Amino acid sequence: MDLLNTVLQGVLVGGLYALFAAGLSLIFGVMRLVNIAHGDLIVLAAYIAMEVIKLTGLPPLAALVFVVPLMAALGYGLQRAVLNRTLGGDLLPPLLVSFGLSVILQNGLLAAFTADSRKLDAGVLETASVSVGGLSIGLLPALMFATAVAVIAALQFMFYKTALGRAFRATSDDAEIAELMGLDRRRVYAWAMALCLGVVAIAGVFLAIRSNFDPFMGPGRLIFGFEAVIIGGLGNLWGTLAGGVILGVAQGLGAAIDPGWQILAGHVAFLLILAVKPRGLFPRMDG
Amino acid sequence: MSDGLVVDAIESYYGDFKALHGVSLTLKPGSVLALIGANGAGKSTLLKSICGLVSPKAGRVSWRGRDITGLRGAQTVGLGIALVPEGRRLFKSLSVEENLILGGQIGRPGPWGLARLYDLFPILAEKRHQPATSLSGGQQQMVAIGRALMSNPDLVLFDELSLGLAPIVIKDIYAQLPKITGQGMSAILVEQDVTRALNAADQFLCLAEGRVSLSGAPRDHSRDAISAAYFGT
Repeated sequence: MDLLNTVLQGVLVGGLYALFAAGLSLIFGVMRLVNIAHGDLIVLAAYIAMEVIKLTGLPPLAALVFVVPLMAALGYGLQRAVLNRTLGGDLLPPLLVSFGLSVILQNGLLAAFTADSRKLDAGVLETASVSVGGLSIGLLPALMFATAVAVIAALQFMFYKTALGRAFRATSDDAEIAELMGLDRRRVYAWAMALCLGVVAIAGVFLAIRSNFDPFMGPGRLIFGFEAVIIGGLGNLWGTLAGGVILGVAQGLGAAIDPGWQILAGHVAFLLILAVKPRGLFPRMDG
Repeated sequence: MSDGLVVDAIESYYGDFKALHGVSLTLKPGSVLALIGANGAGKSTLLKSICGLVSPKAGRVSWRGRDITGLRGAQTVGLGIALVPEGRRLFKSLSVEENLILGGQIGRPGPWGLARLYDLFPILAEKRHQPATSLSGGQQQMVAIGRALMSNPDLVLFDELSLGLAPIVIKDIYAQLPKITGQGMSAILVEQDVTRALNAADQFLCLAEGRVSLSGAPRDHSRDAISAAYFGT
């Protein structure tokens, strides 16, 4: 029963990792951009949520009404003003620029908010749980997982059933020819980044409710996100959820053996899968 | 000022390579120009300079009296210029119908729509939900043509329509061409098969090493003169 419980908790935490990963996957799929600052943007969203809560007194999840559009607007602007200039052919310039962005974000947050660790208070939601057949399911992890499923289903629908998704796929296939259909790639990329940071906002708020955060925890979240994307297979959003779940379960099992093994177990699972299936479990996309 | 296409002494680069050395042409509304020349003569670069995928470093392109030099591809399509690219370049993660819809998404009014295209190429209606790149070469070319027509263009640039297609398929596609260009639409036809291109066109322009080596109406020049211009002899 303990084992089953551990696995279940791992699955639910996997939802959070999938939220970290979904935006990364979308951005890489549309514009082949590896955004090193992704984790720091998640942390930025947590701080923005903290400020919104201070100003409005809203509970954390309700604050998303403000945080999601703010982050989406930031994503649109960031892509138009900075990242679009780095794209085109070579993979290195966007990598370096987003790395620089990561350093700026971390130190900017440090200057603005100090290194003290913070947490968002979601009240009873944090401790509430329901008992199902002897298993105790925390309301917050369950909500996190349900949100991840809903976000990924929505992204999937957007990507394959809407005009915006069609524009994303066409630009990803052949940006030059997509231009001739009236799709300005600079604008298409900006919309993709806006969507990505909208998801990042949700991830950031859940992260901040679940655990303490400080200006320097971004890179760790980036790694979890990357691992979930790679395990699931590039370009496959549902695969990303599977990747998150595998990572969460591996960490849970590792922690059950020895608390010090939690993070390590996740990385080991990632490496094992990479060794056996270098393109991930459910690849949809080449390189 | 002409109400058609006027290209005036443009110089364009393909990477660092100067592909066009002062090329000029005029195209009246409703006429079809065959653009011929050997590989590397600058035909594709000329088409790309017109539709905005390449920005000429000197000279001027005007369309219906408006200077369009240096406009982006996303802008020229709204002005009624469409390209059927060499090698088709369909969107591989889109279905046949999605490729076509994307072609028409700028919403330019005109006669072309899905129903009419399926009328022109019935096989596409049958395969509309299949991934575009799962079709045969000839069918893919139909999708590429359809995708360009969906924007209801006034000028279509066809780059190497028959490249890699079986002769019987090429014949089919050319048989449909008058139905497409008969609507008062202008066209520029780049083609390896010179005879076929000249037969389908009412004027031609021959490029050799980035310069115009001969131009005029096909009937005004002997085949020998055209072939001399083609090979740059």
